[in-house]
Amino acid sequence: MIKVSGLTKDYGARRAIHNLNFNAQQGEIVGFLGPNGAGKTTTMRILTGYMPPSDGEAIVAGYDVVEESLEVRKRVGYLPETVPLYTDMVVFDYLKYMGELRRIPDIDDRVDEVLDMVGLLDRAQGFIGNLSKGMRQRVGLAQALLHRPEVLILDEPTIGLDPGQVVEVRQLIRDIGKERTVLLSTHLLNEAQNLCDRVLIINKGKIVAEDTTENLQARLLGAERVIVRVRGDGEELADTIKEVKGVRKVETLEDGAVEFEFASGKDLRPEVAKQVIKSGYDLLELRPLGMSLEEIFLELTSNDGKKK
Amino acid sequence: MNNIWTIAKREYDTYFNSPLAYVVMLAILLPLGIFFTLILLFSSQNAMFGGGAAPDTLQINWLFVFLMVFLGPAITMRLISDEARMGTLELMLTAPIKDFEFVAGKWLGALMFVLSIAVVTIVFPIVLNNFVSPGIDWKTVISSYIGLILVSSAMLSLGVGISAIFNNQFAAFFVTLGLFFFLWFFVNMPVSLLQGGGEILNYLSLSYHFAQNINQGNMTLAGITYYLSLTALGLFIGTSAIEIRRWR
Repeated sequence: MIKVSGLTKDYGARRAIHNLNFNAQQGEIVGFLGPNGAGKTTTMRILTGYMPPSDGEAIVAGYDVVEESLEVRKRVGYLPETVPLYTDMVVFDYLKYMGELRRIPDIDDRVDEVLDMVGLLDRAQGFIGNLSKGMRQRVGLAQALLHRPEVLILDEPTIGLDPGQVVEVRQLIRDIGKERTVLLSTHLLNEAQNLCDRVLIINKGKIVAEDTTENLQARLLGAERVIVRVRGDGEELADTIKEVKGVRKVETLEDGAVEFEFASGKDLRPEVAKQVIKSGYDLLELRPLGMSLEEIFLELTSNDGKKK
Repeated sequence: MNNIWTIAKREYDTYFNSPLAYVVMLAILLPLGIFFTLILLFSSQNAMFGGGAAPDTLQINWLFVFLMVFLGPAITMRLISDEARMGTLELMLTAPIKDFEFVAGKWLGALMFVLSIAVVTIVFPIVLNNFVSPGIDWKTVISSYIGLILVSSAMLSLGVGISAIFNNQFAAFFVTLGLFFFLWFFVNMPVSLLQGGGEILNYLSLSYHFAQNINQGNMTLAGITYYLSLTALGLFIGTSAIEIRRWR
């Protein structure tokens, strides 16, 4: 659905993105992460046919973004970062206008349908200029969904929404992502973790990592870290755990819990559990500690992906 | 064509959401109304004393076009520059419409707005027709209105083209105003200064073909070609400016 190879974009002397290569399949939600100015918006703009690349190729929904830009634009739903809207228009009229430009049949019914999807049916006759930021965000999302696009490109789709709306919009994206291709950029790393099948981490115009969040965690850590909590103070718990062969870096935390790690590949948790119980402790918790996406993000973007 | 019409309709409606549109309408219709009243007054005075030529409304259309030199830039200044400033240009340029359709839709919307004002002015020849005998020359009036449409079309197209170049509507306004001033007042100035020769410069004047020919009932091919060419040039400038924005 999206196939990018060697994509490069220069703004004058400045290279915004350099030799990007990635794919996104139908039924996949791909997260696009990176610090400000990393090249996320530039990439998204190229994929939506807004601007051509300086070099490389991008195929979206089977069409080349430069050679067959109109065909790409027919099949892509796009929510830009700033959610540009005609503030002097009524919500319904605005969506109808955008639908007419896309030649959507039965446009009145379809507008009602998408307004219902984004929870704005009761504001259909309100002026966009009078809507809150979150509501405008939803109008933008409705516009992107209007023509049932094969590919949905969303630049920060949940920014400005209240927590309830965030949950609803994420569910909406999840539902859409079951059948279509969704590429979304976000600064909310937990959003990427919860929503995306795969993430692309971009830094200084280059992709520094591309994988599922779980695989990224495993690749970066090279080891698995676990926390153990027992009833009581568990003073000698650390010594007990150290007795298990293969366990390393055992640390007692302030609250009495103990963290340890073991090499990836062999799960030592059953042995540790047996040892803890055998030593007379009441085991309350034995939980793997994943590396958070925040940590992965910082690791990759601060070292230019050297640890990839 | 569908897209051009869709964009034009929205643009036309947008004018009436803005106070600027009503200011422009007032700035055109009020002077024209006063001018028409004066024509009627002077004509009736002349008729009482048994002299003077039969009145006509051709000067009213000339005044309309002259006012467009100043008001045309106000009508077109925000058309594309404001879309760029507000970010909605990104929305339009990622919609499945051709750049030309976008620019042409903007131009057509502006032209429809000006034509709405022009339609109101038809009341002047209709009223005058009831006062003079054996009635006014409708062929000349129709020619005059076709001229008015052609000149407005050319002006608005150039205005849209310039609006596509800038992100600031006031920059677009002043550049358009400067261009209209040049084409109206200055481009054929050497003709009178040289006292012979250089008449070809008259063909480049925005006012010449309208004032000297079309408004007098003389639909010259040169005049029609000139205004249509300017219209095409304006649309070309606008489309190219959008293309350049994409590649920048």
